[in-house]
Amino acid sequence: MDLTIGPNQFFWPAETVRGFYRQVAPSPAARVVLGELVCSKRLPFWEGELPGAIEALHAAGKEVALTTLALVTLKRERRLTADLMDLGLPVEVNDLTALRHMPVGRPFWVGPLVNVYNEGTLRWLAKRGAVRVCLPPELPLASVATLARAGTDLGVAVEVWGHGRLPLALSGRCYHARLHDRAKDSCQFVCEEDPDGRDVETLDGQPFLAVNGIQTLSQSTATAAHQVEALREAGVSALRLSPQSRGFAETVALYHRRLAGETGAGELASALRVWVPGGALSDGFLTGPAGASWSGA
Amino acid sequence: MTETDLPHCPRLLARALQPLPLLPLGLALTALSRRLSARHPGMLRRLGAYADHAVLIDPTDLPLVLRMEPSAGPRVTTHRRGRAPQAAARIAGPLSALTGMLHGRYDGDALFFSRDLVIEGDTAAVLALRNALDDAELDLAGELAALAGPFGPAVRQAVALAERASGLSLHREDLPDGAHP
Amino acid sequence: MMELVCPAGTPAALRAAAEAGAHAIYCGFADETNARNFPGLNFSREEMADAVSHAHARGAKVLVAINTFPRAGAEAIWHRAVADAETAGADAVILADPGLLAHAAEHHPGLRRHLSVQAAAANPDAINFYAEALGVRRVVLPRVLTVAEITAINREIDVETEVFVFGGLCVMAEGRCSLSSYATGRSPNMNGVCSPASHVVYSEEPDGLRAALGGFTIHRTPPGRPAPYPTLCKGCFASGEQTGHVFEDPASLDATQLIPALARAGVSALKIEGRQRSRAYVAEVVRAFRAAVEAEAAGLPLPVSLLARLTEGQAATTGAYAKTWR
Repeated sequence: MDLTIGPNQFFWPAETVRGFYRQVAPSPAARVVLGELVCSKRLPFWEGELPGAIEALHAAGKEVALTTLALVTLKRERRLTADLMDLGLPVEVNDLTALRHMPVGRPFWVGPLVNVYNEGTLRWLAKRGAVRVCLPPELPLASVATLARAGTDLGVAVEVWGHGRLPLALSGRCYHARLHDRAKDSCQFVCEEDPDGRDVETLDGQPFLAVNGIQTLSQSTATAAHQVEALREAGVSALRLSPQSRGFAETVALYHRRLAGETGAGELASALRVWVPGGALSDGFLTGPAGASWSGA
Repeated sequence: MTETDLPHCPRLLARALQPLPLLPLGLALTALSRRLSARHPGMLRRLGAYADHAVLIDPTDLPLVLRMEPSAGPRVTTHRRGRAPQAAARIAGPLSALTGMLHGRYDGDALFFSRDLVIEGDTAAVLALRNALDDAELDLAGELAALAGPFGPAVRQAVALAERASGLSLHREDLPDGAHP
Repeated sequence: MMELVCPAGTPAALRAAAEAGAHAIYCGFADETNARNFPGLNFSREEMADAVSHAHARGAKVLVAINTFPRAGAEAIWHRAVADAETAGADAVILADPGLLAHAAEHHPGLRRHLSVQAAAANPDAINFYAEALGVRRVVLPRVLTVAEITAINREIDVETEVFVFGGLCVMAEGRCSLSSYATGRSPNMNGVCSPASHVVYSEEPDGLRAALGGFTIHRTPPGRPAPYPTLCKGCFASGEQTGHVFEDPASLDATQLIPALARAGVSALKIEGRQRSRAYVAEVVRAFRAAVEAEAAGLPLPVSLLARLTEGQAATTGAYAKTWR
């Protein structure tokens, strides 16, 4: 089992993006997915960083793929999706819209925002060229095991959400703009103020969710710290680590040591708490009664 | 719809019920609900696992509450408010809301949104019961008339009179065109 | 005339919908294969066959929703549902999962396939892809599009579109939301439930009615105010200085007045949400919308909607159809 760094879900300034990929290039991760996942309006502000980041990652021996947007609606976004096919890098599909533009026979990756819940869909995607699939985070361990077995038979590498605030929902509406009493079209890019999303609490002050533009995330950071052995046993080929604003290179290194058997689950979890936004962890989608549950509690 | 639009059970009726011995009333309701259940076997099937859940039905403008156990026959017992044994859930509202929902006059969700109905405890048990009753297309007036045998027509007339006097819904209101009223 | 597609959670509701003038009625089997897997709802195999005969005798179609995502290792349950819908005489199945669509195309080629809103196909490329790769004949559009966008989509596709005009309003791209399972472990995609009643706890507290879902407070309603169901995305939360409905106000969709615009946009069918509602609701809403589509087809002014009291929070919105919603 190895490590994949997922696309950054948040809106970071160009120089932060530059620093981030410079830091993770020498990390022990095997591959990196880059690009704008959440909001096409953000891309012009940082797309200039992409060539340099890709070059640095390639130079460090990493596999690199480009993600599609998670929710394609506008004409401009459709064009952007079609254009991704011509850049000479593997494309990670996070909206099935991209398959309309995918040249027949071209191998592609599938991200966690595509609904791959069963063997039938995995087989259908494999037939169309999928070679790597990161499963939706809400899948329980039993489903993961079944799909990882099916993936082995089909020659598809199966990944699991290993670390990061969980992508729970997408909307046509921008919640960051709404919280600032602005419409999506006049958002003034307020999501840039919250590098890990903006926290949402219940009326009783209980930490709950985080908003990130049109996306809703968990406030807890999901981690597969406790399930590493079970996932490996099931035939899962990689853990996906989703970028966060603080201590991400350290986080990748921590997971690497866990995979290498140098640390245990509890040790990894307490080390992660130092860096994750808000300090709360969860792993309920894999093994608990609800997504927000935490087996280390 | 706000609560004030719903007809309230006339005080006189509520007061008339006050001294009534509850046991015979419970037995009569049990007999009626067993008859309904026998004639509508789909109801229990629809309740599924929730048939084991006792539900308190609390007509807030009457001095009594009903406790219904679907899987026990079903069994209906009547109690003074506050003295009913434990139940999985409680559904409370004016009698007119409860009977109107049963007879297809009102929608349960709408009554809940307007807070004419209050639900406590196991919400799923209440939903299951509501959906099973809604599908059964019950008609209390018709069932009572059938129970009364040769006095059926007289019972129907009496129920119609009671409906007009109270504003309560006591018969099925959404009979399809051409069906016998 | 645009086709009016109406909900039925029970055989009684299906009869009420047919009686009230539904052109088509959608319903599902009583299990996890459909996205309204609620206690006491839905159809047994026998009820489904009877429902189809009843509807067909009255000139209405029956569309069977099998629109959850099959569970890994248990796909046979979903495959059987598609086969049984065909046996029952259904006019179409409403599916969301690509694997299940491919299965239906291969094993039940004569059965018409509609793409569920749960597939969230929100642009012409996605819709054309589902049409070409999986033989989908109609697409139920996600509730995130404006009327102008729907018009533009219809210009670029050959399949029919169906849009929601009344009822509960999902603010998230449907089929791509796991908020419910994050709080309760049960989700629309996997279990056919959102914010399930089994995980709802109401308590009367001094400051009003508290509604919690999976232990998270979703809202507190002061005494005497309309109480919304604790659907997670319509809850009241706090973020920084702000307290309120962060995602969506607890209002229902009512697009009655947009019917002429939707007709001009090339929409084939109008859909009413609410398989979890009573037969009284179904009858009333279907009657009102049948009158509205008749009026529209005849070029007459639309009747004013009298349905507000049936809506959640007793408030209605035109949702994403107006761009200001975003």
